[in-house]
Amino acid sequence: MRSFQYRLSEFDARGVRVVGISVDPPEVNRRQSQKLGYTFPLLSDPDARVIRRYDVLHRGMGPKGSDIARPAEFLLDPNGIVRWVNLTENIAVRARPEQVFEAFEQIGEPDSH
Amino acid sequence: MSAIGRKSWNWSLWIGFVFVLAGFLTYTFFAQFPITRDFPWANLLLFAVGGILLVMGLFRAFGRPQIYRGKIFGPILAALGITMFGLFSYVFFYELRQVPPSTGAPRVGQKAPDFFLLDQNGKPVGLGDLLSNSRGAVLIFYRGFW
Repeated sequence: MRSFQYRLSEFDARGVRVVGISVDPPEVNRRQSQKLGYTFPLLSDPDARVIRRYDVLHRGMGPKGSDIARPAEFLLDPNGIVRWVNLTENIAVRARPEQVFEAFEQIGEPDSH
Repeated sequence: MSAIGRKSWNWSLWIGFVFVLAGFLTYTFFAQFPITRDFPWANLLLFAVGGILLVMGLFRAFGRPQIYRGKIFGPILAALGITMFGLFSYVFFYELRQVPPSTGAPRVGQKAPDFFLLDQNGKPVGLGDLLSNSRGAVLIFYRGFW
């Protein structure tokens, strides 16, 4: 997510919102945002309800065997339709902003016709 | 002076071991850069250099024991090096790949499930808020800091 923060102005320029979602409670998210200088929202899904609905749950991988999210990135258009997905096969390998920019260019202008 | 006292320091064993140790410990540093995070080139290179030096050191220790030290330390350092390389490979090439398949995740063209969650300031944020007055949204699911 660090790379998304670095290039947040480029997301802003495109009008694309960036959010992180994890099982962390808001207090942890606030502390991490301050520590890492993140200015985009970090959303809290403590009982992994949304994480489950997106089927990006990683069972038993959290502290004391709790369920957490696996890394995954989705690009949605303004209608909420998924336009690009990245489901990594390696926890250490995450999406990069340029992949999202490229996917966003593919969507094209929504009101060009 | 006895020949034993004049034996040379088998530097390639020790320097090799330091390289292997560096390969083992520096992934968190290299993970900051996508090129060395997605595939651990830098770490594998450190392991390779360390491995070559260790093998050189072993050849010296056992091939020319009258000149070089290392008959005892050599095999110990080599065994530690192999263990570290094995552990690193296990974690990177096996453990980090144990990701659930997520076959039910929303696909391209499907509508993303709605949600309403608290942000870091305790303010509720819905998917609708993110999509109104915007040209799209990126949802980044991450493991968390706990």
